[in-house]
Amino acid sequence: MSKLHVQLTVNGREIEALAEPRMLLIHFLREQLNLTGPHIGCDTSHCGACTVDLDGKSVKSCTMFVAQADGAEIRTIEGMAQPDGTLHVLQEMFREYHGLQCGFCTPGMITRAYRLLQENPNPSDEEIRFGISGNLCRCTGYQNIVVAIRAAADQLNAAKEAAE
Amino acid sequence: MNEATPSAEVRTQKLQGLGTARKRVEDVRFTQGKGNYVDDMKLPGMLFGEFVRSPYAHARVKSIDTSAALAVPGVKAVLTAEDLKPLNLHWMPTLAGDVQAVLADEKVLFQFQEVAFVVAEDRYIASDAAQLVEVEYEELPVLVDPFKAMDPDAVILREDIKDQEEVGGHGPRRHPNHVFTWDVGDKANVEAAFDAADVTVEEFISYQRVHPCPLETCGCVASMDAINGKLTVWGTFQAPHAVRTVASLISNIPEHKIRIVSPDIGGGFGNKVGVYPGYVCSIVASIVLGVPVKWIESRMENLSSTAFARDYHMTGELAATKDGRITGLRCHVIANQGAFDACADPTQYPAGFFNIVTGSYDIPVAYLSVDGVYTNKAPGGVAYRCSFRVTEASYLIERMIDVLARKLEIDPAELRIRNFIKKEQFPYQSALGWEYDSGDYHTAMDKALQTVDYPALRAEQAANREAFANGETRSLMGVGVAFFTEIVGAGPIKNCDILGLGMFDSCEIRIHPTGSAIARLGTISQGQGHATTFAQILATEIGLPADNITVEEGDTDTAPYGLGTYGSRSTPVAGAATAMAGRKIRAKAQMIAAYLLEVHDDDLEWDVDRFVVKGAPERAKTMAEIAFAAYNSVPPGMEPGLEAVSYYDPPNMTYPYGAYVCVADIDVDTGVTDIRRFYALDDCGTRINPMIIDGQVHGGLTEALGIALGQEIDYDEIGNIKGGSLLDYFLPTAVETPVWETDFTEVPSPHHPIGAKGVGESPNVGGVSAISNAVNDAFAHFGLTHTQMPHDHWRVWKTAERLGLTG
Repeated sequence: MSKLHVQLTVNGREIEALAEPRMLLIHFLREQLNLTGPHIGCDTSHCGACTVDLDGKSVKSCTMFVAQADGAEIRTIEGMAQPDGTLHVLQEMFREYHGLQCGFCTPGMITRAYRLLQENPNPSDEEIRFGISGNLCRCTGYQNIVVAIRAAADQLNAAKEAAE
Repeated sequence: MNEATPSAEVRTQKLQGLGTARKRVEDVRFTQGKGNYVDDMKLPGMLFGEFVRSPYAHARVKSIDTSAALAVPGVKAVLTAEDLKPLNLHWMPTLAGDVQAVLADEKVLFQFQEVAFVVAEDRYIASDAAQLVEVEYEELPVLVDPFKAMDPDAVILREDIKDQEEVGGHGPRRHPNHVFTWDVGDKANVEAAFDAADVTVEEFISYQRVHPCPLETCGCVASMDAINGKLTVWGTFQAPHAVRTVASLISNIPEHKIRIVSPDIGGGFGNKVGVYPGYVCSIVASIVLGVPVKWIESRMENLSSTAFARDYHMTGELAATKDGRITGLRCHVIANQGAFDACADPTQYPAGFFNIVTGSYDIPVAYLSVDGVYTNKAPGGVAYRCSFRVTEASYLIERMIDVLARKLEIDPAELRIRNFIKKEQFPYQSALGWEYDSGDYHTAMDKALQTVDYPALRAEQAANREAFANGETRSLMGVGVAFFTEIVGAGPIKNCDILGLGMFDSCEIRIHPTGSAIARLGTISQGQGHATTFAQILATEIGLPADNITVEEGDTDTAPYGLGTYGSRSTPVAGAATAMAGRKIRAKAQMIAAYLLEVHDDDLEWDVDRFVVKGAPERAKTMAEIAFAAYNSVPPGMEPGLEAVSYYDPPNMTYPYGAYVCVADIDVDTGVTDIRRFYALDDCGTRINPMIIDGQVHGGLTEALGIALGQEIDYDEIGNIKGGSLLDYFLPTAVETPVWETDFTEVPSPHHPIGAKGVGESPNVGGVSAISNAVNDAFAHFGLTHTQMPHDHWRVWKTAERLGLTG
């Protein structure tokens, strides 16, 4: 099958590659770029384990072809920490409040939460629950995930206030 | 103790041992996307396998033409049963002593059964080629209703064993579609109890077929190293050692030439206990092709072919006095096993521990019989986040108590309290053969009812019913009470084995010279946090900080033999082995310390992280000091080093219990059930890590919510699976999931070295009953005794309609 030329930015890195037109973005990330943080949990775009951040939106990377992501700027869980290794506050709060168990949904969940807090820096618990409802978790019952996202929002807001 | 020595409290704190809400060591990797799940693996030359599956539930395979598939560039092989026959691998044993077709041998017995296995350079090519395998089928009559399975004219499903007298050693079969009959108890005395009873109740209660549906599906990478003849399989295995033994038995590869590795597992809940055709086909393909082969299920394959749970259809009866004292229990179950009996139950228990069905109650006589039957549905029968068939049993008794309460017009909580096994009756011999080790049910129930202010809830409900009758509201309030007793931690070798392997578990500890350690166990975490909690058990036992202890599981080349993680057995069995191995370390450490301090062993006492000389606390040796000494100055005649291994055969099961209360509001016009409040009190004995316990309870309750309110793997009359994807199969999102209130009492298990009982599965067992009781309770005043799960909007609305409540 003939291949398409794609050019995109992933976690700040310029990527140029050839890919089959039918290759899903999730397979491109996982198998060609070895970014195995985003996972595959279903066939029907329900579970959200494959969530990445694409041009400022949360996207289920199993629902689009890599060809559609040509020119896009993508961030995955691997790009969430600072280049010096400092974790994003969401990563810290998920650990602090036991917001994960088996870890399979976690990359998608944190990536989604990251975008949620960009969209709404001070969400209520109800807004958090609605905001992550495209991401399924089978282990935690979401309770501590909500607590972790709330705590991260508080910290980010406090840091922003201190900076102003 | 000299002045420089921190206090015992400070030193205890530093250990991060038992009872500490220690943060998880696993999370550093997982939060950065650095987990290592099986589909993350990439080996040089690795190929991908994809199944061709049957569209029919029951059909003869007339022919398979693989030529078009083989012609696709990049396709390396297409395996069929004919290819596996010379290796005698076209059938494989199940954990229940039955056999299962690896690839369909002449006929298919359930929709999406594995028919051929395509191996190709990448998953896209494999998928393309699988479409091109041409299979000619001849359809046969389909049997899905378990109640018709033993009809005289029922179509015979398992022609391969139609003349076999028994399956799995479970006694004579009465019909070619009959798997086993299992009965326990005193039938005659139960009949007498029913004859003499003031009241009796009977109810037919179905527990629908569901699926554990962990977020990661099943899969593996098999790699046969042709040079040294060693097979390595990485996969989603909840019991890696058992897989190694089974793999050796069926392949004739010597067991030391097989290495099974469970990398990180993305949830299991029972789904990953079994041995599946995908594993066998990947292994064969790797042997044949000489390169690694990966097989990963899609979600639809997962829901439709690996490991269903429940599908138990139960008729329960209770006999009682008019003041509510239960005098007898009788129960019959039709167990729908699907096409092959692939239940993961201990050998002696074809219906698992369903004989825990007397629950938390002092019922003097009971009789239980279970008939397992074959149908054209997927094989399995795993315990979905519960010990073997315990959820089904607990659901039955907890519903039956409510049914009896309605009949006697006694409050359901009060009826439970009247019949509880009393604290002083432990250890308690149940009518169906278990010895409950410990419990204080009255205290737990009292605490629960007080915390939720139960009388106020019932008063509010009375007001709601009046308002409903007056047309002031269209919402009905239900209060569900459940009190469950689990039986977990299988189990004593005397009565628990799987395929002849005793269900002990193990821990091996090596202490390094600088005072750190590695512990390896026969279990495997799937999210439970073993690397965190087992280090805590050990920290308290051996006085080294949990942060200095690495816990490793899942690699059969390094871990001691164990039976794996399911049935809440890790803490009761492997946790006990960990404590016992720790005690062996400490015993040797004591001798080394005595030698270093020039005193007798008995002159020393243990003090958090050191041995001190009795009466002279300034003379002490810390575990870190002893660890180093173990490598250079042990007593004469003693072997150097500081290592221990323990294989723990538990003397009994453990019996966690809990009191749950669910408050639900039901909109009768839409059937929507809103869980307004859910309170869960669990007694799991000694609490190792309260943070992790709470997390386990939250997760288990959410799975219970899914089951009670929506999950079902249903089939139509010709065996088409309905609900085989997440489009239809209900997994609760954060929106449907309420905030869970957790609480506890702490009655340690008397026979467990640290008194822990296990907790992961309790919330699923108690949660389903509490939610279902709440839904039934909402309609109870209209005469409803029982309505079948799942209580999805449609069924709840139908119930309201049947009762004449809809507008």
